Amino acid sequence: MRVMAQLAMVMNLDKCIGCHTCSVTCKQAWTNRAGTEYVWFNNVETRPGQGYPRTYQDQERWQGGWELNRRGRLKLKAGGRLKKLLSIFANPLMPSIQDYYEPWTYDYDRLFSAPMQADTPVARPRSLITGEPTKISWSANWDDNLAGAPELAPADPVLRKLSDQVKLEFERAFMFYLPRICEHCLNPSCVASCPSGALYKRSEDGIVLVDQDRCRGWRMCVTGCPYKKVYFNHRTGKAEKCTFCYPRVEVGIPTVCSETCVGRLRYIGLILYDADRVAEAASVPEDKALYEAQKSVMLDPHDPEVIAAARAAGIPEDWLEAARRSPIHKLIFEYGVALPLHPEYRTMPMVWYIPPLSPVVDVLAGTGHDGEDAGNLFGAIDALRIPIGYLAELFTAGDPEPVRAVLLRLAAMRSYMRRVNLGQERDESIAEAVGMSGPQVEGMHRLLALAPYGERY
Amino acid sequence: MSKGAGMAGTDGPVSDALLRLGRHLRPGTVSPDLRSLYQVGGRQADAFYRDRWSHDKVVRSTHGVNCTGSCSWKVYVKDGIITWEAQQTDYPSVGGDRPEYEPRGCPRGAAFSWYTYSPTRVRYPYARGVLVELYREAKARLGDPVAAWAEVTTDPDKRRRYQSARGKGGLVRITWDEACEIIAAAHVHTIKTYGPDRVAGFSPIPAMSMASHAVGARFISLIGGAMLSFYDWYADLPVASPQVFGDQTDVPESADWWDAAYLMVWGSNVPVTRTPDAHYMAEARYHGQKVVVLAPDYNDAAKFADEWLAPHPGTDGALAMAMGHVILREFFAERERRSFADYVKRFTDLPFLVRLRERGGSYVPDKFLTASDLGDDGREAAFATVLLDARTGDPVVPNGSLAFRHSEQGQGRWNLDLGEVDPLLTCLGGEAAAVALPRFDGHGDGVLERGVPVRRIGGHLVTTVFDLMLAQYGVARDGLPGRWPSGYDDATEPYTPAWQEAITGVPAAAAARIAREFATSAEESGGRSMIIMGAGANHWFHSDTIYRAMLALTTLTGCQGVNGGGWAHYVGQEKCRPITGWAQLASGLDWSRPPRQMIGTAYWYLHTDQWRYDTYSADVVSSPLAEGAFAGKSTADLLAQSARLGWMPSYPTFDRNPLDLADEAGADPGPYVAEQVATGRLGFACEDPDAPENWPRVLTVWRANLLGSSAKGNEYFLRHLLGTDSAVRAEEAAPEQRPGSVAWVEEAPRGKLDLLLSLDFRMTSTTLFSDIVLPAATWYEKHDLSSTDMHPFVHAFTPAIDPPWQTRTDFAAFHAIATAFSELAKTHLGTRTDLVAVPLLHDTPDELATPHGRVRDWRATGQTPTPGRDFPKLVAVERDYGAVAEKMAALGPLLERLGATTKGLTFDVSGEIDRLARMNGTARGGVADGRPSLARDRDLCEAILALSGTTNGRLAAQGFATLGRRTGTSFDGLADEHKQIAFADTQARPVPVTTSPEWSGSEAHGRRYSAFTINVEHRKPWHTLTGRQHFYLDHDWMHETGEALPVYRPPLNMTALFAEPGVGESGEDGITVRYLTPHSKWSIHSEYQDNLLMLTLSRGGPTIWMSPADAAKAGIADNDWIEAVNRNGVVVARAVVSHRMPEGTVYMYHAQERVVDVPKSETSGLRGGIHNSLTRLLVKPTHLIGGYAQLSFAFNYLGPTGNQRDEVTVIRRRGQEVDY
Repeated sequence: MRVMAQLAMVMNLDKCIGCHTCSVTCKQAWTNRAGTEYVWFNNVETRPGQGYPRTYQDQERWQGGWELNRRGRLKLKAGGRLKKLLSIFANPLMPSIQDYYEPWTYDYDRLFSAPMQADTPVARPRSLITGEPTKISWSANWDDNLAGAPELAPADPVLRKLSDQVKLEFERAFMFYLPRICEHCLNPSCVASCPSGALYKRSEDGIVLVDQDRCRGWRMCVTGCPYKKVYFNHRTGKAEKCTFCYPRVEVGIPTVCSETCVGRLRYIGLILYDADRVAEAASVPEDKALYEAQKSVMLDPHDPEVIAAARAAGIPEDWLEAARRSPIHKLIFEYGVALPLHPEYRTMPMVWYIPPLSPVVDVLAGTGHDGEDAGNLFGAIDALRIPIGYLAELFTAGDPEPVRAVLLRLAAMRSYMRRVNLGQERDESIAEAVGMSGPQVEGMHRLLALAPYGERY
Repeated sequence: MSKGAGMAGTDGPVSDALLRLGRHLRPGTVSPDLRSLYQVGGRQADAFYRDRWSHDKVVRSTHGVNCTGSCSWKVYVKDGIITWEAQQTDYPSVGGDRPEYEPRGCPRGAAFSWYTYSPTRVRYPYARGVLVELYREAKARLGDPVAAWAEVTTDPDKRRRYQSARGKGGLVRITWDEACEIIAAAHVHTIKTYGPDRVAGFSPIPAMSMASHAVGARFISLIGGAMLSFYDWYADLPVASPQVFGDQTDVPESADWWDAAYLMVWGSNVPVTRTPDAHYMAEARYHGQKVVVLAPDYNDAAKFADEWLAPHPGTDGALAMAMGHVILREFFAERERRSFADYVKRFTDLPFLVRLRERGGSYVPDKFLTASDLGDDGREAAFATVLLDARTGDPVVPNGSLAFRHSEQGQGRWNLDLGEVDPLLTCLGGEAAAVALPRFDGHGDGVLERGVPVRRIGGHLVTTVFDLMLAQYGVARDGLPGRWPSGYDDATEPYTPAWQEAITGVPAAAAARIAREFATSAEESGGRSMIIMGAGANHWFHSDTIYRAMLALTTLTGCQGVNGGGWAHYVGQEKCRPITGWAQLASGLDWSRPPRQMIGTAYWYLHTDQWRYDTYSADVVSSPLAEGAFAGKSTADLLAQSARLGWMPSYPTFDRNPLDLADEAGADPGPYVAEQVATGRLGFACEDPDAPENWPRVLTVWRANLLGSSAKGNEYFLRHLLGTDSAVRAEEAAPEQRPGSVAWVEEAPRGKLDLLLSLDFRMTSTTLFSDIVLPAATWYEKHDLSSTDMHPFVHAFTPAIDPPWQTRTDFAAFHAIATAFSELAKTHLGTRTDLVAVPLLHDTPDELATPHGRVRDWRATGQTPTPGRDFPKLVAVERDYGAVAEKMAALGPLLERLGATTKGLTFDVSGEIDRLARMNGTARGGVADGRPSLARDRDLCEAILALSGTTNGRLAAQGFATLGRRTGTSFDGLADEHKQIAFADTQARPVPVTTSPEWSGSEAHGRRYSAFTINVEHRKPWHTLTGRQHFYLDHDWMHETGEALPVYRPPLNMTALFAEPGVGESGEDGITVRYLTPHSKWSIHSEYQDNLLMLTLSRGGPTIWMSPADAAKAGIADNDWIEAVNRNGVVVARAVVSHRMPEGTVYMYHAQERVVDVPKSETSGLRGGIHNSLTRLLVKPTHLIGGYAQLSFAFNYLGPTGNQRDEVTVIRRRGQEVDY
């Protein structure tokens, strides 16, 4: 056992209002500079939708992440390192600026400088790449709130996997938001892709960084990352990515995106994992087994053996304490409501998500699928507008059961707490129905609903 | 791990070898499986981002934008440059039993610092070049600024030249000195020539930056100009609130959503429009709250719902009425719920008696039975409403009605104590009578025949409001005559669930079930069922009826005045918590009273000549049972009637300069003016609004973007008020459609305003059309105060940097203007007497002016009116025009003499004056010698806090003691007497306010704010006729429109009114759709819609959202350029096609204006318009009622709304090559 510490995040999508405050505060703090105009270390996607850069989840096309070779060994999907070296000057697996979007500005100055003329002055759009007038046809968030969805959403790689089940029509409309940062993976394919050794995982906290002095701009990391969360600064010629706000977290302040999350849905915490078992877990043959495999690499911070091994590995006491208090560990293990994003990429992502509840479909509402009614818990989950299959393709490599289990726990919490809210007797059977105890449900309620600042981070 | 094990590892031996080689070239550690590279980071590594993060200081400020957020922010500064912002997280705790406030904020606020150094920042004073040339030439020749301004504005050619250039570029930089000189000259000339009431100021929402608002309003008020209302003009005022509660708006803070056990989110897109508060909705669900979202589209809030109901736009009232039907039937008629019955007996007008009047063989409900009907001839007997005591069956006049509010004998009896009396809810058990009630759903003759049980009392046939409610809602009881629904599935009789399904599209079963759940939840939780209601339901012509139907649900179920229950209306940041201090300072009440305060909608309706385009008679809104009061009249006629009866204010008031009129009128101006008007020697300006002497002349806009945002009928503004190009296509009214009492000039004037002045930090549609633009400091460059209804804190704006370039704070700018004005005014104006016409005011004895709400128009009877009864009051006010700047900068002496009054309660603030003198220092010399100084913005903030009960516990306690003498009840323990909030406190951290009689909710002991908890718990009456919450409104005009009771009225029919094509029609010109302008995700009104970050996250310019079906019919694809055209104007935008939109309705999100990426229109040949280029003003007559109980005017409290939701437009795909 080689215990390492990792900073990780959980986002509760059930609480996400899709406001993009995280994106804006992140961009203002980190990437509002020349060369990074198109770069959003943090972005928020409407689902269903194409994402940013568009269709990045289509790994048949972009070849990000890992796969297993014939011998069952992990192999970068974009090709082995040898192939990478050979294609280093002509990498075809790069999203173009159009796949992100061509950043623009406006001729604002015309509002002042326009001479007397026949018409009201106006600021026209102008490309920040070419400096020429431009027609805006794509952005980092073009399909926000299902904008253009009838035309654009069918290209959503997740939706395409279950397109025959999902109709994009008013009566069955659904949407939710997916905020994304770098996953700071345990098994980062970007790091493995870098020919220069410029990408590295910080030993002390697992943050994945680009050494700006060492980066040579080969951009293999951009290809290697299946989440497309490494960006190329076309001004400096170097790769840049989310830093997990290390200058902040080092001094005890949460990341910008977390602290400014007005939906209060982000949790940051430390987890401990066995670095020796990462490759093995990332190599389990079945995609659907990867969620459990990834959990199995993470260690119980209360386990005396783990504590001893961690001490031996030089992890300080206050870090061990932080690991024991970690909301991340609670959400993944004790409450069992957080799931990894695309475990099938085999990168072992460290930003996990609580999947969202959604309204019941009208046609089913009449039959009594009421989420608050404990008797109807199970029926209500299958009547939700967001297809469980869609969530499963995002979080569990297509396995609907873990997703269903999470949604049930959320629904059970609501049902259990409604009795408390109305001053009625607590009903343990509701908690038991989802494999929890009453106090556990109340603990989860505290963390998810009250979500105190001191317990979120 | 052994890589030889084969199971796990990387791809192959060759690359392994390569990587192993690489290990020796790197400082870090390669994982043994060659998969990853580890490296110790440490504080020395990666300096790039560390440098980026470093900063010099963090300053607390906020955003002064009308969003209700009032979020506290950290502004980061590095090397004297603002770098970025992030939310503060240091709000005082709510107590650990619910989610905290942190980290309030939203993406728009997070993008604000972009403006500071952006290319749209106004850095210097600008003016229209042609105007500057004309002015300089005239001044050089004439030597006097006032004479120069007079010449430029009165020479028809010169006037035309600069007015027609408005909005067409050609701005030049000028100096602050020259700008102030021109502005001063314009004001002096206008006051001298036309009168001070020809000057106006528009600056909305004091709560969003109180000092910046107050300083300009103070200037306007001290010179006698009119401040224009905004809450009603924005249509954010729910007129139902004064109607039902006698209050402007009072609602729970968002943390109280947590307390709700059941939540309906109705016409309010909480995640978008209440972004910092939305988490309470998300989190309360975990607490077991059920959430139902009602919205025509699958909106952002629907994501959080358990159920989403999609009523067709504007039909919400039908759904609410059907829900009311279910509640009245199941929870009152079939099996009465004790808690509900107890509540409505004590806190609503349901048990009060209403007289029935015979009409055509049937009866109609008439007036409340009062003591005067029973032989009491006391002065206020007509306001003593009556109910029956269930124990005795006898009529009783209970405490608490308006009769007890202002009178001597009412002292100690204005309360909701019932003593032993048990109010009788229903007269059932004896006689019955058939009543005729109006219906507006387009069926039959528009009359319902329903029966009510009756009693005969004092020769009057009476029934209760409750019995009328059951009749109106169609809840059948045995033995009553009339036509009743056969059951919930009866679709022909209002107001059943099946009846509403045909109108709203919401399944009948769902409507009934949700109503039942709502009421059951209220019963189980003790009134904790809540409705969040928003602009989606409130911006319609008939929103007051929609809201009354919705309020019936919360009131019948005993939810009003309960934490976690009741109405939660969030449209506009109306709550300036330290209201008393702000009001004194903003209106200059410390120096002169009363101020001129004008209803904005009427002002714009008249002065932009939209009234001339009313091609319908005012009686289109009349009930089938109307008596004909509106017949043959236009809306402008009714507006004039409202003004001459003293119901609503009207500025400019007379067709004469009020300074000259004061000289004429002498010492007792009221009778003189009434006589002059009665004999026709003096006219009301509103009866001849197009006569040049009655035009508004000078308008100052600050903290606002009138022409890019709120200007409904935008193109009419451009044409008539400004005199520049416009895309109006409408025809004026034909001769037979024109008003009878308002003069019609053949050629409507173009270019009424002499000067449009704006102060802003960015270029907007308003600055583009202004004659002079002053560069304003941003929210990160000044001291100010912020509060909201959504949280209980006051907190500060603080400058992170000094105002850069030549920008100035609003405070500094208005003082500069006042100084220049006073200098010119000393010689040109001197000291004059101004005659201010004041309407009959709410919360004063004026509200007793119209017994029984019976309208008697002295003009019709030929009598001479009596000021203060059926005519405005006339008050002489001395104005020392040379001393305006001195008065601005110090607190005047009237406060000690007259106190400070809010909502009828007068505070003695003399102790606070001394304290302010100590804190701020005093003025030296001049008229303000020795008075507390207001020379700095911080002083003004200090004064606002010191003079308000919410921020000064001593005043709150004193106010409650005063109130207790009137009510005879105790308010002990509510106020925190020792709490005094100083400005520095608000700079350190958001500070919770204390409970004060200025508002209706208790915040004592850390409780969350919810409206009316003081009324319910301390038996304090509502400010209404009965002192209770009203279902019934008996004013003549309410009967005239058929709205005495809650009722469903559909959206206006634009085909019938204006011959627009019908919704769903399609042809060569495109497809006709309902046109809605809900609030945007990427802006707060027009603010941020030009912000590069927000544009980048959205689609980069104006868009219109439409359904795939509508798009297909018009051949429109996503992101195509389209044109939307109706009689009011033209919009050019891009289409967003989405299946979350319902067919037949499009959204152009609010306040997308013409500054960014708007090409020329193919239709008009001009620059495309703003979202409000397709709308126009439509004034609802009942909003003009005044002088009667809760239907009495107060500023931003009651008045016609600038609604805009009932509009339709034709949309087509235009040429895709656009021209700018």
